Amino acid sequence: MTERVLLVDDEQDFLETLAARMRARDMEVATAAEARTALEKVVDGDFDAVILDLQMPEMDGIETLKALKAKNPDLQVILLTGHATPASGVEAMKLGAVDFLEKPADLRLLLEKIRAAKATRMLIAEKKTQEKIRKILEERSW
Amino acid sequence: MTQESESIGEAGLRFFGKMSASISHEIKNVLAIINEIGGLLEDLALMAGRGRPVAPERLETVGTKLQQQVQRADRIVKTMNAFSHSVDEKSQAVDLNDVVALVIALAGRFAAMRGLSLVPGARGEAVAVTTAPFHLMHLVWLCLSHGMDAAGESRTVTVTATKSRTGGEIRFAPLQGLAETSAEAFPGAAGQALLAALGAEIVSAPAELVLVVPAGRGAPPL
Repeated sequence: MTERVLLVDDEQDFLETLAARMRARDMEVATAAEARTALEKVVDGDFDAVILDLQMPEMDGIETLKALKAKNPDLQVILLTGHATPASGVEAMKLGAVDFLEKPADLRLLLEKIRAAKATRMLIAEKKTQEKIRKILEERSW
Repeated sequence: MTQESESIGEAGLRFFGKMSASISHEIKNVLAIINEIGGLLEDLALMAGRGRPVAPERLETVGTKLQQQVQRADRIVKTMNAFSHSVDEKSQAVDLNDVVALVIALAGRFAAMRGLSLVPGARGEAVAVTTAPFHLMHLVWLCLSHGMDAAGESRTVTVTATKSRTGGEIRFAPLQGLAETSAEAFPGAAGQALLAALGAEIVSAPAELVLVVPAGRGAPPL
């Protein structure tokens, strides 16, 4: 099954080139150059993973992460940063990011993390479905 | 070493570190783009090898983007080099127009992060002063940083150097939010020490800050 990804970065050339490479690998890729657009697309779209730059104008990656998770707590967000430090990594994970990569990123590693994020998302969806079924069965005393 | 020069020294180190970190972030962004462009060229070569020809125009576009990023990195490194060399001399003749241009180049990323634009005012005649270049740049940064806090709805700060009777002036405008900013926060201890050491003064006018720089002053005393 095709992975659906949202790329969020204010560097237009980075966004377009990475999107092109991911599409060449049969991924469905949407892009957003700013947080506001990313938040709109998350509402409308159904993404397996969001790749989010940590340092963006006006609303930085951490604020955007918080806003994205508020809209969809199950959203799988992978942060990209120019300078990864243990402290920023820990903060990102505490706020709900599933992973943290340093730029320039190895595409193979990024794709692995996207596939892992998709698997986690599917597991969460499956558990929710099972929980719904269990409740229905309970209500009907079956 | 006096308390004043210690304060200038410590604050100066922090300023140097802040700018260096910002420059490193900018260069990382450029490297990330170049990395993706390199990867894309590999992908295209692979596709061509599997019988999917690549349009020459596509390669030309990729090549142009690569060169643009290299030129961007070159500009960033030139800015870094000029900034680094500003500590070479304790006292030097400088053109305030050049100082403004360099501080704007250094501050661009900080402004962009806040959704602001920094614009150099129209460049007139050379405004020559003899001063400590690094300390002057630090002072201009402090004024610009405060100016960005006070930019208000215009979201643009224009910085202009002009000649004056006693040396030169650097104007930061329009600062529609200047009245709302805290008088205690600016210029702060480091700013006060720099003003004293350089013989400069800050004049507030409606919606603008003016940094008045004397024509000639030796190195700050140690």
